[in-house]
Amino acid sequence: MSVDGRFAANPKTNNLYRIWKRVIPYGYLSPTILLLAVLSFLPIGMVVYYSVMDNVIMNQNPVFVGAANYVKILTDGVFQTALGNTLYFTLMSVVVHLILGLTFAMLLNSKLVSPFTRSVFRVVYILPWVFTASIIAILWRLMLNPNGVINYLLEWSGLVSQKIEWLSSRQLALHAVTFINIWSGYPFYMVSLLAGLQGIPDEIYEAGTIDGANGPQLFRYVTLPQLRPIIISLAMLDFIWTMQQFTLIWMTTGGGPGRVTEMLSTFTYKLAFSTYEFSLASTSAMVILVLSMFVALFYVRRQRASDA
Amino acid sequence: MLNAISRPAKIRIARALVIIALLIGALLPGFPVLWMLSSSFKSNMDIFAYPPALITDSFSFGAYAAVVTSPEKLRFFLNSYLVSMFVTILTLLVGILGGYSFSRYEFPLKRPLNMVIIGVQAVPPITLLIPYFSLIVFLKLHNTYAALVLTYMVFTLSYAIIMMTGYFNTLPRQLDEAVMIDGGSSFVALWRVLVPISLPGIVSVGVYTFMLAWNEFLFALTLTKTTDMRTVPVGIQLLMGQHSYEWNEMMAMSVLGCLPVLLLFLFFQRYFIAGMTAGSVKG
Repeated sequence: MSVDGRFAANPKTNNLYRIWKRVIPYGYLSPTILLLAVLSFLPIGMVVYYSVMDNVIMNQNPVFVGAANYVKILTDGVFQTALGNTLYFTLMSVVVHLILGLTFAMLLNSKLVSPFTRSVFRVVYILPWVFTASIIAILWRLMLNPNGVINYLLEWSGLVSQKIEWLSSRQLALHAVTFINIWSGYPFYMVSLLAGLQGIPDEIYEAGTIDGANGPQLFRYVTLPQLRPIIISLAMLDFIWTMQQFTLIWMTTGGGPGRVTEMLSTFTYKLAFSTYEFSLASTSAMVILVLSMFVALFYVRRQRASDA
Repeated sequence: MLNAISRPAKIRIARALVIIALLIGALLPGFPVLWMLSSSFKSNMDIFAYPPALITDSFSFGAYAAVVTSPEKLRFFLNSYLVSMFVTILTLLVGILGGYSFSRYEFPLKRPLNMVIIGVQAVPPITLLIPYFSLIVFLKLHNTYAALVLTYMVFTLSYAIIMMTGYFNTLPRQLDEAVMIDGGSSFVALWRVLVPISLPGIVSVGVYTFMLAWNEFLFALTLTKTTDMRTVPVGIQLLMGQHSYEWNEMMAMSVLGCLPVLLLFLFFQRYFIAGMTAGSVKG
């Protein structure tokens, strides 16, 4: 069917053709628009609605309660704990991801090592990224088990004198899950930064060397400024993603012991699917949405600015 | 002192230091993965044997045999493959059409739609979960493949459209125009000309989409109920019984569970890395 051609060939249908031309792009986008409507506009509208009703899904005749749920959630001690935990978890992850990712990327970019050796190491370093979060969770539960291999190695090297309950200790669990998340997420930074490093022209380094700059100065005044846009994008994306992390927490500690590893995501999930407080859960989900959107807004702005 | 050393010697020392650093760093990803492999070949009794060893006397493929002969566990894999494949095919179809529109046409809603598509990526899954749950129950799709395929598209589609738009933008418009001069429609230009030469881009989006779907946990946990509808990430959790943990079987299933992604990665490394870095690196 040569639809465009047929209309164009007949001058009498010129008007129709112009309308058709205008409709075409929307035609191609219609499955997308339909899916977006059903999968994002409608659900977000529903969450907003749920968050201002007394209780939904379990209740046949919900009643409008205004901002009551928001007051209740924001003053809830457990919510505040979850918010604090999420911020710690997210900020630590982003910072250490960046440090590890940049260190590994620079090692893998070293011209001192043969390209073959580099590509072998690159595959090894990227490994954590191949594993899905639930597999990573189980693997680290095995390794961090009180009788597991990590404790054995620490005892053997004399660093600790007794078996540590990494994931069920009130003092350590939050740090342990943060570590696991750091392990699972650094390859994304590493690969992106490696691509960024390879994009820096050698001439800039040569010019710097001629001007008498040493290694650390080149890093400070050439590498970092060149990578700055990538680093900012990575940190924002990672912030959004890590804030939403559910699987790792759910499958390692489930938010425990007590509430010491409770995150906004696990808190919300439990409200909805353990205690069936769907309205309060929706309120909490709204807070997470607003926080994510706040960060995303900066990200979209940057992307658009660099598109233009 | 260092000045006394000749330049080639300095380079050799520096190279040795970089390799040592690379080897030490490789322990961080390498050791846990090695331990996973090693544990999958042990008997469950030897999992916490003291002192731990990479290879024990009980070395066997028993855990793998137990996984692949269990219809219940094979079902997890079947479910994951089916769901991921359907998501990939649908995402590619819709994404190619959408990307074509964004790449080749100017229209009033282009910018706002583009913003929405980028913005959707930042909507937390947990926010969508509660309405999805009630929508899926309302549509009587709870505990079906359709529930997962449909909902997964919310986080695969944006990426596919953005990537496909970018890819089509690199192809000259003269290609489509040549088809239209010959009397073909834009639809023909897209499927007969652009799609065949965009195969690298399509493969890259496809493997990335497959991986996202393969790894998904939260929706699969909530939108399916019975054991026979569980996907691999959720199924692994079911192996953690109330009292006994079949650690060796969980590790064997983990190895098998990451195999599709690992193989895709090794075959399509270039595409994967292009896909991974697209969000943050501007070319």
